Amino acid sequence: MARLIPTALLLLLLLPGLALAGGIEVREFDGPVMERRYAELTATLRCPKCQNQAIDDSDSPIAGDMRDRVYALLQDGRSDKEILDFMVNRFGDYVLYNPRLEGRTLLLWGLPAALVLLGLVGVGLLVRSRRNTSARALSAEERARLDALINRERTE
Amino acid sequence: MNRRLILLLPLVLFLVLAVFFYQGLSLNPFQRDSALMAETFPAFELTTLEDPSRTVDESLLQGDVTLVNVWGEWCPTCKQEMPQLLELAERGVRLVGVDYKDTREKGMGFLEEFGNPFEVNIFDPDGDLGFDLGVYGAPETFLVDADGVIRYHHTGYIKPQDVTEVILPEVEKWRD
Repeated sequence: MARLIPTALLLLLLLPGLALAGGIEVREFDGPVMERRYAELTATLRCPKCQNQAIDDSDSPIAGDMRDRVYALLQDGRSDKEILDFMVNRFGDYVLYNPRLEGRTLLLWGLPAALVLLGLVGVGLLVRSRRNTSARALSAEERARLDALINRERTE
Repeated sequence: MNRRLILLLPLVLFLVLAVFFYQGLSLNPFQRDSALMAETFPAFELTTLEDPSRTVDESLLQGDVTLVNVWGEWCPTCKQEMPQLLELAERGVRLVGVDYKDTREKGMGFLEEFGNPFEVNIFDPDGDLGFDLGVYGAPETFLVDADGVIRYHHTGYIKPQDVTEVILPEVEKWRD
């Protein structure tokens, strides 16, 4: 009896593990390739109910539904693009964490590159104008003023 | 003089961006257009909540402008929205409900308690139709024209003033 109590207490410690197992989705994949594609797709699809969470990271019921669909479509042999199209057709571009390059998203993708280019041009112009001014020889008047300043420094 | 103006350029850029981002702060991320706008209502084949032996499909939504409301007994906002839906039905709008992720008993109990403005209720226990509609919560409301094309989408609660200010004008707009 005295031995039973520690054993029972130890067994009690295992109980939280049961709760954890209940929260984990168990899925069987046909090979590691499909498993990796599932992981990638669920990480790149954004939960429409949440403010900023991928569906693989969200407890929201709709995120669970979306994971089920991704899994079912993968089992069905659909390509990644088909699966993403399937989601976009229903929930809109909002669900893509990686927006597609198309007419409407041109500004989104192009603006950073355009800004970098603009910055480079600006720096280039600045460097060129600086170089031009520093290479200029002093005029006679400037030379005289410089001499005067140097002399004043020496005599003081 | 020209050089001075160029010096102001960063400040101007900053101000433009500041205004742009400031506006972004007051945007509601849930106010976004449905991906199904101007698309045909998705195909479905489900039983009605009222009668498990009656099956309906997307042809149910043809012939008249219809307001499709996605609700569930588990959704507290749907209860608050019912008076507005009853008013719309009273004003002659055709309403069809989608009982989303619910059980038959709970769904029927909900209609008994809060009233039934719907001509019929589509029973969608697994949320399949809801998924095809891009529904991620309830309530959500779709306006479908006489050809079965989705014309307007309302995410979330229909406020009492929305009845006359938003929903009825939309219904009228698509009636002819």
